[in-house]
Amino acid sequence: MSNRGYNYPTLVLIYLSLIVLGFFFFLPFYWVIISSLKDYRELFKIPPTWFPSRIMWINYPRALTYIPFLMYLKNTIYYCGFSIIGTLLSSSLVAYSLSRVRWRGREILFIFIISTMMIPFFVTMIPLFILFRHFGWINSYKPLIVPAFFGNPFYIFLLRQFFRTIPMDLSDSAKVDGANEFLIYSRIVLPLTKPALTVVVLFEFLGRWNDFTGPLIYLRDRELFPIALGLREFLSLYQAQWSLLMAASAVVTVPIVILFFFTQKTFIEGITFTGLKG
Amino acid sequence: MTGSNSIKRLELKELLNGLLFASPWIIGFCVFGLYPIGTAFYYSFCNVNLMGPSEWIGLSNYKEMFFVDEKFWISLYNTIYYIIIALPLQTILALGIALLLNTSIKYRSTFRTIFFLPSIVPQVASAIMWIWILNPRYGLVNTILRFFGFEGLPWLSSPEWAKPALILMGLWGIGYPIVIYLAGLQDVPIQLYEAAELDGASSFDKFRFVTLPFLSPVILFNVIMGLIGAFQYFTQAYLMTGGGPMNSTLFYALYLYQNAFEMLKMGYASGMAVILLFITLISTLLVFRSSARLVYYQE
Repeated sequence: MSNRGYNYPTLVLIYLSLIVLGFFFFLPFYWVIISSLKDYRELFKIPPTWFPSRIMWINYPRALTYIPFLMYLKNTIYYCGFSIIGTLLSSSLVAYSLSRVRWRGREILFIFIISTMMIPFFVTMIPLFILFRHFGWINSYKPLIVPAFFGNPFYIFLLRQFFRTIPMDLSDSAKVDGANEFLIYSRIVLPLTKPALTVVVLFEFLGRWNDFTGPLIYLRDRELFPIALGLREFLSLYQAQWSLLMAASAVVTVPIVILFFFTQKTFIEGITFTGLKG
Repeated sequence: MTGSNSIKRLELKELLNGLLFASPWIIGFCVFGLYPIGTAFYYSFCNVNLMGPSEWIGLSNYKEMFFVDEKFWISLYNTIYYIIIALPLQTILALGIALLLNTSIKYRSTFRTIFFLPSIVPQVASAIMWIWILNPRYGLVNTILRFFGFEGLPWLSSPEWAKPALILMGLWGIGYPIVIYLAGLQDVPIQLYEAAELDGASSFDKFRFVTLPFLSPVILFNVIMGLIGAFQYFTQAYLMTGGGPMNSTLFYALYLYQNAFEMLKMGYASGMAVILLFITLISTLLVFRSSARLVYYQE
């Protein structure tokens, strides 16, 4: 890249800044890990130790049995799974309309859809809560999953941009052979945009795994809690058990980190794409 | 004129297909967007009763909000305080890190991963982690401060330091803007730098007159997303401080939530939601307007 101009001292300065900054960004993770492995007494020693004198692996199984972790995990996967299916189906259909069907008004609709991204969650929250209450949907996953089946502006935008890169000739020649729009959508366009669909799956999984406010509003029974709410419960029940809290937080974070490492390229491309073409 | 007829028929068919494929969003927007926004306006003039019908009380909610309820203004003040301090800091730090990463360094993707990872930590997990990290006696931040010879600070337990504590925590999670800025930087045409160098431009000149103009739309995008997000700052405050101590972290969205689901004043909370909608729209417009001369668009 634009490296030629850098002389030796500048380069040293750049590395030094990056290492110092990176150190401070990484330090909280290190702190959480060593805290999760410390013995209860060592945790409350002053000054705090930088490495546990006795490594308490047992904190992890203990943290995971304090709360019904597997139950929460099952609920989270259920929540993630249906949201992904819903948003993948609906968002791709809408994106198809905005990019592959030549109809008047699609550009206006597109701009309109993008601008609805600005509507704050807290503005629609109360009327939706009351509406779903009328439906008898409180304390179920329906208020969280059903809206996913009606398209998400962010993914519609993402998929539309990808769909546009497929030559229209493909659609046109399929039409000559008698294919209808739905057939073209499902047999030609979707199979060609697998990378974009992967980005949607990834972002939706991450979003739902991390979602706290939605479940907080709609779920009451512990049996239904996803991991985010379960962790909150842990915090309110075992306030002083910091080793276990750190262990639980680490366990909740690890799957996401692993997922990120395996999908890094797709992931970064997805973010880049939305940021630059936006 | 069968030709124009069949063109018309084709156009109609395309229109129907287009609407059919877009129908999930159109229906969804009516039910989950248009209806609740309209209803929020209506509720804001009501005393909303979950068990029975709502009672029309005119402007009472707004009067209470503006002239009686001190906490409304406190929550607005706290939110604006957070935005004014945190957003510029986040923007500068993210831009700075992206600039450092956009050099001929080795291990760029390793560094990028380190800066990005904090942003994918689930919010509940990072809230719990940071309560411990900010612990005045046993926490990481004060341990570092003491290491450098400073006094430890009371952070979340004091009204003066609770907001700075959350701002500090916010600086940890700037992975998304960093990645976006970095990609934006890599789009800057290299010939422009070369031309600037030929004209004898310094590093700062190149940044000021080449990099910054090219990056300005990306910065605008991030600032607006950051602004919209910051007005809805909720989870961390809800989990870490519950709005305290002494309402110092009572942010707008948190107070709105408390009114709706803890005090069950849903009409009042709807009033706050309406105000939030206007604040978001107006501040976004202001940012757009004031940046019009500063932002450079290609083509």
